[in-house]
Amino acid sequence: MYKIAVLGDQESVLGFRALGLDVVFAEDSAAAHRELTNLVKEDYTIIYLTEQLAVDLQADINKYKDSITPAIILIPGKGGSLGLGKANLKSAVERAVGADIL
Amino acid sequence: MASVTVNPTRMELTRLKGRLKTARRGYKLLKDKRDELMKQFLDIVRRNRELRAKVEDGLMQAHASFTVASAVMSSEMLEQALLYPKQSVELGMGFKNIMSVNVPVYSFKTANADLGDIFPYGFAQTSGELDDAVEALSGVFQDMLELAQVEKTMQLLAEDIEKTRRRVNALEYVMIPQMEEKIKYISMKLEENERGNITRLMKVKDMVLQEAHNYQ
Repeated sequence: MYKIAVLGDQESVLGFRALGLDVVFAEDSAAAHRELTNLVKEDYTIIYLTEQLAVDLQADINKYKDSITPAIILIPGKGGSLGLGKANLKSAVERAVGADIL
Repeated sequence: MASVTVNPTRMELTRLKGRLKTARRGYKLLKDKRDELMKQFLDIVRRNRELRAKVEDGLMQAHASFTVASAVMSSEMLEQALLYPKQSVELGMGFKNIMSVNVPVYSFKTANADLGDIFPYGFAQTSGELDDAVEALSGVFQDMLELAQVEKTMQLLAEDIEKTRRRVNALEYVMIPQMEEKIKYISMKLEENERGNITRLMKVKDMVLQEAHNYQ
C-alpha cells in the first residue's frame, strides 16, 4: 500500500483532506523540516509540498531528488505560485542538457 | 603527450588495441543511449510544463473558493466539516524502464467512484464555496498525480542523462585520444627499433664480409 501526503500551512492544504489524502500541517520551515523528515521515514510515496514552505527546504528536497521514492512535488499554496516548480523544471533541463534550452 | 608512460612492447600494443576497440564500442553505445534518453526527456519536460500549468491553475481556483469558504464559515466549522473524509485514495506504484532507468508509474483508485458523493459533510451548515473548493480539488487531483509521475521521471532521467553525458565526454575527449596516442607512440618506437636492428644487421654483414674476403 502506497501513501500520499500533503504538507503545508493549514489553510492551503485542509481541503485535500476531503479527497482522502493524509494532510500534515506545518506553519513554519522548522516544523516543515521536522514533518517532512517524518513523512519520508514513514515511507510516503508522494509528498505534495507547498512552495511557500519549500523555499527553506531546498536541501531536503534535493536530497530525495535522485531516489525513486519519495517523490516530492511542489504545489502552490494559498499565497499563489512562486514559480519554484517552473524553476525546478529549468534546473532539471540544465542538469541534463548542460544549458537552458527552453 | 607528456603523460605517456607505457612499455613499448608488442604485448602492450595488442592490449591497448583491444582496449581501444572496446572503448570505441562503448562510446557508440553510450552515445546512442544519451540521444534516446534526451529525446524521451524532452517529451517529458514538455508534458511536465503543460501539467504544471494546469495543476497550478486548478489549485489557485480551489484556493480562491476555499478562502471565501473560510471567510464565510468559522474555522472550527470548516475543520469539523473536513475532519473525517468520506473519500479515500488507493495508490498503486509500478515501474517502467526507460533505457535502463527505472521510473515510477502511479495508478490510483478512489474508494468512492461517484464524483458527486465525495463531500464528507452535510450541506446545511457549510457554505457553497466549500463545495466548489472540494470539487475543484478533486478535479485537479488526477492531474496532480500525473504531475507527480512526470516530475519524478524527469528528475530521474535528468540524473541519468548527466551521468551518461559525462561518460560519453570522458570517452570521447580523454580515454580514446589517450589510447590512440599511446598506440601511436608504441608503434613508432617499435618501428624505430626495427630500423635500428636492420641497420645493425647490415653493418654486421659488411664487417663479416670484409673479414672473409677483404672487400673494401
